[in-house]
Amino acid sequence: MALLEVRDLTKHFGGLAAVDGLDFDVPEGEILALIGPNGAGKSTVFNLITSYLKPTRGTITFLGKNMTHLGMHEVARKGIVRTFQETNLFREMTSLQNVILAHHLRCRASDWGHFFYSRRARKDEAEFRESAGAILDYLGLSPYRDELVRNLPHGHQRALEVALGMATHPKLLLLDEPFTGMNPEETDTAIEMVKGIRNRGVTIILVEHDMRAVMGISDRIVVINFGKKIAEGKPKEIQHNEAVIEAYLGKEEDGET
Amino acid sequence: MGQLKSLRTIVMFVFVVLYWVAFPLYFRNSNYHLGVVITASILSCISLGVWLTFSIGRINIGQGAFAAIGGYTTAILTMKLGASFWLCLPLSGIVSAFVGLLIGIPILRLKGVYFAMITLCMTEAVTLVFLNAEKLTQGASGIMNIPRPGALTIGTITIIPAYQAGHYLYFYYLAAFLLLLVLIGLWRLNVSRIGWIFRALRQSDTLALSIGINVVKYRLIAYGICCFIGGIGGSLFTVSMQNIFPTSFRVTDSMYFMLYCFLGGLDYLLGPVAGAFLLTGSFEALRVVQKYQEGIYACLMIALMLWLPNGILSLRFRKRALGKELKPEG
Repeated sequence: MALLEVRDLTKHFGGLAAVDGLDFDVPEGEILALIGPNGAGKSTVFNLITSYLKPTRGTITFLGKNMTHLGMHEVARKGIVRTFQETNLFREMTSLQNVILAHHLRCRASDWGHFFYSRRARKDEAEFRESAGAILDYLGLSPYRDELVRNLPHGHQRALEVALGMATHPKLLLLDEPFTGMNPEETDTAIEMVKGIRNRGVTIILVEHDMRAVMGISDRIVVINFGKKIAEGKPKEIQHNEAVIEAYLGKEEDGET
Repeated sequence: MGQLKSLRTIVMFVFVVLYWVAFPLYFRNSNYHLGVVITASILSCISLGVWLTFSIGRINIGQGAFAAIGGYTTAILTMKLGASFWLCLPLSGIVSAFVGLLIGIPILRLKGVYFAMITLCMTEAVTLVFLNAEKLTQGASGIMNIPRPGALTIGTITIIPAYQAGHYLYFYYLAAFLLLLVLIGLWRLNVSRIGWIFRALRQSDTLALSIGINVVKYRLIAYGICCFIGGIGGSLFTVSMQNIFPTSFRVTDSMYFMLYCFLGGLDYLLGPVAGAFLLTGSFEALRVVQKYQEGIYACLMIALMLWLPNGILSLRFRKRALGKELKPEG
């Protein structure tokens, strides 16, 4: 049984079918890339998997359970966590505070416990602080741990988003264009980090336009266009797939990918 | 930094001594002076609720409604059922919080100016309800001669004695004690993880959701506490005035609660307290201009936004404003 099973996933915005009858599976431990021209519906798929949007039709099954009726924070609790295409962080807090907050799902103290600073709350905080430090270390962000996020350069902010994702201990991590705005060296470092996260037992789906990165990182690729799946397979197969080449190059002005 | 901190401690200490000892002793026979500070203390309490909704990123112009609900709850319970004030005080808070939560569930989804508008209308709507529910509230003529608090006893031990005619000092310390309790409670909340979650909601609710924070729940907690504080503030205000009218808490009062927060500074827990004391105090001192009060408040608000967007406390602690965020709590 695959970790995530997407069946007949469909989302209509008015008359437009942003995602149309999409089927795919993600086995545990895989890095799956979701690619397609701009406006193909990739981000909508992410929004549907994390329950940010409700599907018009179809099911999303995670660990054998249907997720479509759950709220976004409940989906996170089940182990699906995402990053955003637009940098989305708590900008007025430091890196460390951001990552500490992201440990929310691992709180054992109740709200009352936190209010009265009970022993369990103190233990939680100490644990989160240590774990947050380790995560920042791993991603090379330790020098910026006490820096306000809004003062960080873009590349570090993207890395910090991954740090927040890791802090939640997800089973499935969805990365929305994680390498955008990075230079080739930064991208290579980031690829190694993402692979490292996978090796820690996290399954990853990513949306990315940087084809060099996609080919270098993914075990399997799903290509969508106009909300429909047009190809699926290993990077080598996708590179030579006629339908994919047509989707990307067949029409004028599609070259921004 | 250390010097700054010790200076701050001294300043705080001076204020506390002034407020708890010097002022009440010196003015113990002047009901007028005590009355001004009682009003300022209660208004500070109510505004602290508004401050909490600011911390989750919502502009709340509806606090007058919840102060009125608290006030009327106390008035009706004591007048019709002869209930003790000491029971009514927490009950008023609970009733306000309950109404707040009911209204909060649909409206807390709204953001920015939309939330502000709805809460503004709510103050007006609540006023109208109390004006028209004549059987219960006696309409426009209001409820008068509300009894003063009796003694609070557990078994045979008197914890708080009954109010004696003419002793304003009684209400002075009651209000001061309530303000202290609210401040301690909010301070604890603010430095705890829950306070961090509130600030996280203000900065990005989508990210909060995606890291598994139940955004709706925490918004409701914040708003519920806000309304609870508004309710007990309204209750105490009503009993200290001994009367309540539908016009006791109007839209303008809701605006003032917000203005106190702005004036003191939204980043500081003591902001609304500083704002309320400064404004109430200065307007009592400048009685001649009192009829222009609303005009002056309006100008003050515009001036604040232009030149002092972080409130008066940011003058003294301008450097620390950032430091507070930088330094992790622990």
